[in-house]
Amino acid sequence: MTHLDRRHFLRIAGVAGASATTGLGTLLFNREAAAALGDTLTIAYHVPLPAWDPTTGLSSVNPQLMSIYKCVFDQYIDQNADLSFRPGLLTEWGWADDDKTRVRMVVREGAMWQDGTPVTAQDIVWNLERVANPETGNPVSFVWASIANLKAEGNVITGDVGQYMPDLFKWMAFLTAYVLPPHHYDEVGREGFEKQPMGSGPYRVEEFQRGSFVRLKANPDYWGGAPAFDTVVFKFVTDPAARIAEIESGRSDVTLNIPFEEFDRLKAKPGLEGVATPVSDIAMIFFNDVAPMTDVNVRRAAVMAVDKKAIVDRLLRGYGVPIETLLAPPYTGFDPEVNTPYDPEGAAALLAESGYSRENPVEFKIQTTRGYIAKDYEVIQAIVGMWRRVGIQAEIEVYEIAKHFELRAQDQLAPAAFYNWGNSIGDPSTSTGHAMFGPSPHSTWDTDDLDAMIGPLWVEKDEARRIAGWQKVNRYIAENAYVFPLYQQVQPVVHKTGLGFEGHFANFILPQAMSKA
Amino acid sequence: MSWPFLLRRLLLAIPTLFGVAVVVFVLLRVVPGDPIAMLIGPGATEGDIANLRRLYGLDESIVLQFLYYLRDLASGDFGTSISMRQDVMELVLGRLPVTIELCLVAMLIATGLGGAMALAGAVWRGRVGEAAVDGAAGFILAVPDFLWALLFILFVVIFALDGLPISGRISHEIAFEGATGFWLIESGLRLRADVFGSVLQHMILPATALALPLAAIIARVLKTSINEAMTQDYILMARVKGFSRARIVGREALRNALVPTLTLTGVQLTFLVGGTVLVEKIFSYPGIGNMAIDAVINRDLPLIQGLVLTFAVLFIAVNLLVDMSYALLNPRMRHG
Repeated sequence: MTHLDRRHFLRIAGVAGASATTGLGTLLFNREAAAALGDTLTIAYHVPLPAWDPTTGLSSVNPQLMSIYKCVFDQYIDQNADLSFRPGLLTEWGWADDDKTRVRMVVREGAMWQDGTPVTAQDIVWNLERVANPETGNPVSFVWASIANLKAEGNVITGDVGQYMPDLFKWMAFLTAYVLPPHHYDEVGREGFEKQPMGSGPYRVEEFQRGSFVRLKANPDYWGGAPAFDTVVFKFVTDPAARIAEIESGRSDVTLNIPFEEFDRLKAKPGLEGVATPVSDIAMIFFNDVAPMTDVNVRRAAVMAVDKKAIVDRLLRGYGVPIETLLAPPYTGFDPEVNTPYDPEGAAALLAESGYSRENPVEFKIQTTRGYIAKDYEVIQAIVGMWRRVGIQAEIEVYEIAKHFELRAQDQLAPAAFYNWGNSIGDPSTSTGHAMFGPSPHSTWDTDDLDAMIGPLWVEKDEARRIAGWQKVNRYIAENAYVFPLYQQVQPVVHKTGLGFEGHFANFILPQAMSKA
Repeated sequence: MSWPFLLRRLLLAIPTLFGVAVVVFVLLRVVPGDPIAMLIGPGATEGDIANLRRLYGLDESIVLQFLYYLRDLASGDFGTSISMRQDVMELVLGRLPVTIELCLVAMLIATGLGGAMALAGAVWRGRVGEAAVDGAAGFILAVPDFLWALLFILFVVIFALDGLPISGRISHEIAFEGATGFWLIESGLRLRADVFGSVLQHMILPATALALPLAAIIARVLKTSINEAMTQDYILMARVKGFSRARIVGREALRNALVPTLTLTGVQLTFLVGGTVLVEKIFSYPGIGNMAIDAVINRDLPLIQGLVLTFAVLFIAVNLLVDMSYALLNPRMRHG
């Protein structure tokens, strides 16, 4: 399945084109790439925005779109660049009693919808009740349905906890946790909202050319203060070579998600700067509980045989952080003590215990995307090469990400499958939990021992015990090699000199957080 | 071309479109990639998944889904886009003029450039000029449209071609509420020079990338046809009369050479429409080609179905137009 089709040829051609730009551009026209920053901030963005409702449908669970949604809509709870939580439209939140059977939230005073009407506690109740209704098409309605009987008095909301979820309030800063104006939504309806989106965020939508760009205007009434840029344009430039050309020619002020080779070149150019931020996404390999992965020696050998540091250093040019569990360093419950060292001899010895060798290798299939994330296919090629040296013969199957989701939901993935897991709220339940708990539709490993350890943690009310429990689970997973964590992703961002930009661990590109230096 | 012939062609389009609808429906259900699997949030239960499947009408058997699809199609309902949450027909019709306009401009460029190359090659027959034209046509044809698109982006950066935008359809600084979607034509009629200029600027690179391979084909076929025509007796007569070579080629031989060129160009025009898928994506040009790629990535089944049917209608319409033009140019077709 490693044939060169038209799409791959296009991708290769794109990179080749960009690389050719390197040589010719440097030789012939080593001019300053960037024009001066103006009042308009233009971002060459890598993903087009399909829909404006951030609470329903496919777009609402696409983490790549959150940067745009966060410009227009407020979330119940916001996040700092280090993933810590801060007030959004809620200024206080938490359990109302020790038994955690009730919730209490305080709604910000002085927040306004973009038509000038005030945001009320009743508006928040309307939103939480709406997304709890599965008929709206909210993909995580079970989260919002875990609280009920919400009542607003003044700016205080109280409610009953139906199904206790320890990470409920973290979800209020996560996917679909955006607040819409009830009066406007009721007036224009679902389809009308797509044409006239409105929120309470720092920017309002001025012009939206579907598939082309969205132009945002600063919201002068924003409770967080007016942003530095009066106008922001997200240009939807999905081709990496075109994004490189956008920033290099000065047509855009910021771009992201470009090949690391190009990032290194561009950041060295006069007038441009580069910021490479480790983000909350991690690269990993799912192991499925089918032969030969049911043999612990094979799984452990597969993990021990791979030099992750070499992969990061050589293939990713250093833009990655090797990890040992499904938790990246800033996640809650990250345990730096967990370590499975690179040990090819040890891997070969383990395989020998199971009767495998270089002459008689264990064989299985590994699935991967190609071009879905940076160097995905190349990383798998390198891993397969390292495996071969110790007695593992893996056949690579390339597929589209849509097929991965389908196979994973059906628990039909190959014995090994590469994936990129995002978890911008950094809770172990939304990474280890959903990726490894057997009944989860996102899990591929399904064994009673692990499920018995994870099960109680979904309802553990003591936070310290809950986190300690997840740490124990992660250690157990590492010891048994139930999954193969590879590395934490790094997001390369190139921007014009003079733009104040700070990387966000949740992989957000937020114009409201940018400034004119 | 007679009216019965035209009517027959139009009636034939109905089973063709039905066949396309059937094939695309079945194919989309057979190829891997469940749209609901892409929608599932972390921690979703079986019940949540079943509910999503029901909401998007994917909980019924494929046969029932197909019958519902045909029923809705018959009433002009293409369904609701899964990714954009809007009516498919409205979405497609909103983008279709963008692609049609792009293709028309590409066609103009291809015809102008290809025609000029053919005439130059014919006039300079047997000289270095003809070899240069042949070489240029061969080179242009060897590079596919999407690679031309990438090369143009490269050129824009290297040569600082600041007047040539590389993404979008219009400058984000211009506000324009078009009534038709045909912004180039509409802005011209409404004397909105700023809009006309910006739309045209944004169109130049994608239209040229699309046009170049077609231009090369036109150049080759037309030049060969002209050369063939140049061996005819009436050309000999023109020579005897003392007409210049340029006049003979341009006025006498060209008209007869146009018929075979038009036939082939018509066939190639459908490839030009197909080429918009990649070229629009590269230039972030908001037409149906660009939309098609996003729809496939998102496994947006109703939108893919709507787009494929739209492409099919376009192909049929283009072929019909070519047949009609052929009849206009060839009197024997008109009467027979």
